[in-house]
Amino acid sequence: MITLEFIPYSEIENLTSNKRINKLLKLVKDEKIVLMEGRLKKEEETDLIKRTMEEINSKFKGIELAVIYPEDIEEANFIKKLKKIFYNLVLGERRGFTVIGPATIVKEVKKDPNKIQLLTQESKKKRK
Amino acid sequence: MVDILGFINRLFNGWFRQKKHIKMGLYGPPNGGKTTLANRICLDWLGEELGKASHIPHETREIQIKEQISIKNKGKELTFNLVDTPGIATRIDFEDFMKFGMKEKEAKERAKEATRGVIDSIKWLDDMDVVIIVLDSIKDPYTQVNITIIGNLEARKIPVLIVANKIDLKKANMKKIEDAFPQYHIVGISAKYGTNIDGFYEALFKIANKKR
Repeated sequence: MITLEFIPYSEIENLTSNKRINKLLKLVKDEKIVLMEGRLKKEEETDLIKRTMEEINSKFKGIELAVIYPEDIEEANFIKKLKKIFYNLVLGERRGFTVIGPATIVKEVKKDPNKIQLLTQESKKKRK
Repeated sequence: MVDILGFINRLFNGWFRQKKHIKMGLYGPPNGGKTTLANRICLDWLGEELGKASHIPHETREIQIKEQISIKNKGKELTFNLVDTPGIATRIDFEDFMKFGMKEKEAKERAKEATRGVIDSIKWLDDMDVVIIVLDSIKDPYTQVNITIIGNLEARKIPVLIVANKIDLKKANMKKIEDAFPQYHIVGISAKYGTNIDGFYEALFKIANKKR
């Protein structure tokens, strides 16, 4: 059974970077796939990778991570570009979605860029 | 008096900063061909290789530096210290190494070293003046690792050159890399065979001029 845990942005908004990463890693290490509203800051993303590497052992093999963020989609229209800048100023990191899953469950994450596909490990391998 | 000393200090610091060589980092996911490219650069300009490249992921698990490489192009000279970094990944499974015929103990040790390598690569990011992102042209470029590295470099205002490596392969798709990172200059090369290596050196001069 795969558990998907939703984290609204309000739940991490007032946390320090360290606490945010701790919270996310704890859930992923509990073999849950996290669907988080918004995204981490750029430096938090690298910190998450660093922390993940520190935690890797024979049971925890790492994470799969994907972020869908409106900025990823190129806008040619000037008005739309301005709108995007305005939304970014108002909403900041609250926009978009982040998916983080344990590598033992999520084999691969494919981004398209406005679509995320999670490819899970074969059930046969999971039983091992 | 304090101001005069401060001025002299700033003057000397500024002078030495200008004199130091550019630190040029090779970054990217594992198996993109960073070490193969580093070897190509070192062979072309120093006549010796930098490190061992392999088809097994995470062959480079420690930062490798080659100092004072001077390259010449159209009468201009560029001197830099080349920093080859371990591939950045979000997952490392020792069992993946066993698929290449490694014994469990050796695979576990390699995995341990690889995790340390990823941490070191990230730690070194801020020390770079210019970064070359080496991507495998046959793989999906739209991974979060690539986006995270490039996003971090952007935030640190470090100039980035993206290299689409392995263009000699039949399945190579440079267009996909261009579509994924439209705001960057992409150079297609084959580090192994030296295809378009002159185009790469030319791009290197351009990107080095943009350094912080």
